[in-house]
Amino acid sequence: MNRINKLFETKKQNILSVYFTAGFPNLNDTVEIIQELEKNGVDLIEIGIPFSDPTADGPTIQKSSETALKNGMNLNLLFEQLKDIRKSVNIPLILMGYINPVYQYGIDRFCEKCAEIGIDGTILPDLPLDEFESHYKAFYDKNNLHNILLITPQTSEARIRQIDEISGGFIYMVSSASTTGAGKKVEDFHQDYFERIQNMQLKNPRLIGFGISDRATFGNACKYANGAIIGSAFVNAVSSSTDLKTGIKVFVENIIQPD
Amino acid sequence: MKYQVDEKGYYGEFGGAWIPEMMYTNIEELKNRYLEIIGSEEFKSEFDQLLKDYVGRPSPLYFAGRLSEHYGTKIYLKREDLNHTGSHKLNNTIGQILLAEKLGKKRIIAETGAGQHGVATATVCALKGLQCVVYMGALDVSRQAPNVKKMKMLGAEVVPVHSGNKTLKDATNEAMRDWINNPEDTHYIIGSVVGPHPYPDMVARFQSVISKEMKSQLLEQTGSELPTRVLACVGGGSNAAGAFYHFLDDEQVELIGVEAAGKGVDTEETAATLTVGSPGVLHAAKTMLMQNADGQITEPYSISAGLDYPGIGPLHAHLHKTGRAKFLAATDEEVLQSVLLLTQKEGIIPALESAHALAALDKIKMKPDDVNVINLSGSGNKDMETYLNYFGY
Repeated sequence: MNRINKLFETKKQNILSVYFTAGFPNLNDTVEIIQELEKNGVDLIEIGIPFSDPTADGPTIQKSSETALKNGMNLNLLFEQLKDIRKSVNIPLILMGYINPVYQYGIDRFCEKCAEIGIDGTILPDLPLDEFESHYKAFYDKNNLHNILLITPQTSEARIRQIDEISGGFIYMVSSASTTGAGKKVEDFHQDYFERIQNMQLKNPRLIGFGISDRATFGNACKYANGAIIGSAFVNAVSSSTDLKTGIKVFVENIIQPD
Repeated sequence: MKYQVDEKGYYGEFGGAWIPEMMYTNIEELKNRYLEIIGSEEFKSEFDQLLKDYVGRPSPLYFAGRLSEHYGTKIYLKREDLNHTGSHKLNNTIGQILLAEKLGKKRIIAETGAGQHGVATATVCALKGLQCVVYMGALDVSRQAPNVKKMKMLGAEVVPVHSGNKTLKDATNEAMRDWINNPEDTHYIIGSVVGPHPYPDMVARFQSVISKEMKSQLLEQTGSELPTRVLACVGGGSNAAGAFYHFLDDEQVELIGVEAAGKGVDTEETAATLTVGSPGVLHAAKTMLMQNADGQITEPYSISAGLDYPGIGPLHAHLHKTGRAKFLAATDEEVLQSVLLLTQKEGIIPALESAHALAALDKIKMKPDDVNVINLSGSGNKDMETYLNYFGY
């Protein structure tokens, strides 16, 4: 069974997913960041594949991507770094990025490599639903991979149903219309949107992302979904901490440890 | 209609709408409504009126006698440089501002490189009293100071973009981010035949007035509406799309697009996407791109800020692939010589971009009776500083 499905079967609430950019702050931090996140209780990890033109990302992830590329990160190297990851890490791992690097790598080769390493899914915001369905889904299915799709406050009910139908792992609920790390407070987000989605009784679990940065915003998001995703705030934390291990521990504890 | 966009937004294998879900509602609304809106009698009459009385259309088709004599053939110039704001860019922004009004949008955003599209957008926003925000790479802001000041005088806010190479590509990224963050009240006026469907088709339709006029002017001046060939410069490709549009199905008309070779297509400093590029996805379209083996977009270079773009409209990628149009590349050096030649043969100072099309005249075989139409897409006013420095006047 895909690890994402296993996770949502055993844990229904307060799921914490963390995004980081591979190759940032240093080229070879990838494996250590993953191991430390798991050790400190993170449920799911999104490994960012840096791209030169991240149009759905705000300044923090733009900057981490730029640094990662300067450091020499690329998809081949990332796969090389991850080749033994399943010897030490059990939680689900997702690759997140933009379609062009994946397209150049070759979608069939990419999916096979993900399966070989033990990657459980992808989030590729600029791979739209219809392109995924008609040209990509078969490769995903063959390799037991999930492609996680996004919904926003503007997504129509009919389209949400369509996305729910084709989704396998979970649905990524973008908290408000924004790029990542846009800094709008999650309390201010459309309560009615969260409730509307909650009442739709979708078959897939949901995680809320964009604008989740601390214990309060995480806690609030968890009231309306199975959990939430933190990206920019974590990238900021690792970029400013001198010791990676301590930095990660403190960051995650601040989100999930009981008071 | 074999070179028109299909119902999925593709030209052959190129195009589509590779947008994040956050842009879906806006793009879907545009896709569902643009044809109905721009096809309506009300829109058409308002658009045509503004093109005539405000832009100053039709732009002349001028027989360039001394240039023709120089090359031993017949050369006609389509004078888009004589439009209000000095280039073809206004044709598109007039169309899109009317469309934005019909969609009930209150705020306009745009990207710009040289500042021509930014000025054309700020102009129509002033005309219609709409809020205008123009994203411009920080490097271009300093390179193109007069256009920045013009936009501000027209009431637009100019936002310098500091990411990446601080040029057109980065300005486009930032405009897309703005749209993602403002999905309700904002319309994004893209300046070229790039971006997600329906932009490439919509912008090509607004620019197609160029080739529509060419046909009737050629009929009047030469007795036939079909020339031997049409030449236009290509960055994203909006003026070329407009100049080719009504000739696409007249297969006997040779279509020639000219890209910016920069310092040479065999150097790192080039913007000749079709020569050095490969298929990929950028700015929400599948098209030809300048990129490395890992799919990271590489930085283009051209002396002309308007052609300094690492992609190309999907229509042109398709015309290239099918062979319907031929694409050449001209270096900075060749372009500057063509600027001087036109200036001193005809008393017309062309924009750097447009001079790429002129430079192609040295690269093709022409017969004395051939009718060559060059789309002179913009005026050289904005490039005077470059010219004065280079030629040392």
